[in-house]
Amino acid sequence: MVGLLLPFLPLLLWSVSHRWYFPAIIPTEWSWRAWGYVFGTNSQVLPALGYSLIIALATTLVSIIIGIPAGRAMGLYRFRGQSVVRFLILAPIIVPPLAVAMGIHIVFIRYGLANTLPGVVLVHLIPVTPYVVLIMASVFANYNPEYEAQARSLGAGPGQVFRYIALPAILPGIIVSGLFAFIISWSEYLLTLLIGGGQVITLPLLLFSFANSGDNALTAALSLIFIGPAIIFLVLTSRYLTGRHAAVGGMGRL
Amino acid sequence: MLFGQDIRVAKLPANKPKAQPQAWGDRLKLILMLGPALAVILFLFMGGLSLALVQSLGYLPFIGRTELSFEAYRTILSREEFYRSLLLSLWISLVSTGLATGLAVGAALALRQQFRGRRWATFIFQLNIPIPHLVGAVGILFLFSQSGFMARLAYLGQLIEAPGDFPALVFDAYAIGIILEYVWKSTCFIGIIVLAVMQSVGEDYEQAAQTLGANRWQRFRYVLLPLIMPGILSASILVFAFTFGAFEVPLLLGQRYPSALPVLAYRYYTDVDLNFRSEAMAVSVIISALVMMLIFVYIRLSRRISR
Repeated sequence: MVGLLLPFLPLLLWSVSHRWYFPAIIPTEWSWRAWGYVFGTNSQVLPALGYSLIIALATTLVSIIIGIPAGRAMGLYRFRGQSVVRFLILAPIIVPPLAVAMGIHIVFIRYGLANTLPGVVLVHLIPVTPYVVLIMASVFANYNPEYEAQARSLGAGPGQVFRYIALPAILPGIIVSGLFAFIISWSEYLLTLLIGGGQVITLPLLLFSFANSGDNALTAALSLIFIGPAIIFLVLTSRYLTGRHAAVGGMGRL
Repeated sequence: MLFGQDIRVAKLPANKPKAQPQAWGDRLKLILMLGPALAVILFLFMGGLSLALVQSLGYLPFIGRTELSFEAYRTILSREEFYRSLLLSLWISLVSTGLATGLAVGAALALRQQFRGRRWATFIFQLNIPIPHLVGAVGILFLFSQSGFMARLAYLGQLIEAPGDFPALVFDAYAIGIILEYVWKSTCFIGIIVLAVMQSVGEDYEQAAQTLGANRWQRFRYVLLPLIMPGILSASILVFAFTFGAFEVPLLLGQRYPSALPVLAYRYYTDVDLNFRSEAMAVSVIISALVMMLIFVYIRLSRRISR
């Protein structure tokens, strides 16, 4: 348990250190320099934060919109060719994204999608969509569509059926898959690096260049900013991650 | 299901049979529901993969090359660098996946018990699931580099006299820093999935076995383990595939030579000499093919063991 939290300790200390030479266990001089720079108006951090947020939110929204109907089809129905469809949906989780991104780069360049936000969102959909569909499929596998029929017989329209019957039932699944989608997109490094082409600088790209520059205080402060949304999301969704009906159980059933 | 037996067999009231659409209207509805998601998979994923394959065979019209050949593969396979990178990547993935799986099953067993502070323990366990690998790698760097936190503790304990005495755990030949980062992240990932599967199985079967005189080990080995095996299998497959193809952690924590396979592919790809493009594609196609092959072998092996 302690080991799990250990890597966060030096991050916290470094982010407020000014001088911290070997072999001091805690910094010998403290300073808010790193935090001041990070939130300063001329730092690259705020634009990167904006890019990261826009890309992650757009990816999450699109993946959920396309993931709900696909998850419903996979979880609620049995049809010919379903195992092929399941295999196709799983494939991007198992096959590393490297080959895909390198291969598709040339097409993105030709159609003006390389080095743009929409282009980066499009490639982020590749690793995100399978998780959303899988989680939604496991939610729909425990869903009883007869309630919808009853609502319809009472005169509810398609919008009302979705709003009052389906949505409350699948909300935990939407929250968990939204968490996964956001976090995967938020953490994505390689796909953004290749398709963003150095024009779309997100937080992970900036963090990497800070880490390579050797400014430990800045690297630590940026790392802490980078994990902020992750922690907020986790606090919001923690109760859906474990428990008897945890939506994440769907991941145990590849 | 694709891998292993369906875990839902364990649930007592069986799900009612699934709707089996027969009419054309139903089929059309299914196609429309699956369409957008499949478009992402077919056009972006499969499209990208096929383009990588074609370019690895030397089809690079933008530099005026259109004839197909295996030359890129022949070139790579004749370099020592490739084999060293391959061994390194295999070592990293196998060790990380093995350690993380073992630790995760142990942790899930512990978190399943009732104890004070379990809620907090579970929360801490979930905590690093949303943490990006890059931040984990920075944390490992600050902890285990030769002037890092651990080295300072070792100095305090009079185990070492100078930073250079501390064993090289990052940028090292055995990729210990990379493995530490992967184990740190993956233990929680596998653990949460296995815990969810354990909770959906419940404890009824073990209690039945206990009534029949099974001891703790027998209850785990012959009752619980076969029931949670599909979950363990899927989660560790995801971790293996991820660690074999991941790029940023070995880029930050790895030594320059030999580098992990994905880092090698990226170096070729960004080389100013465009002739390296085909070789970059070939390395990444080999990575994809190896992942699929190894996962196939792994599934066959663990099915035999779990029987």
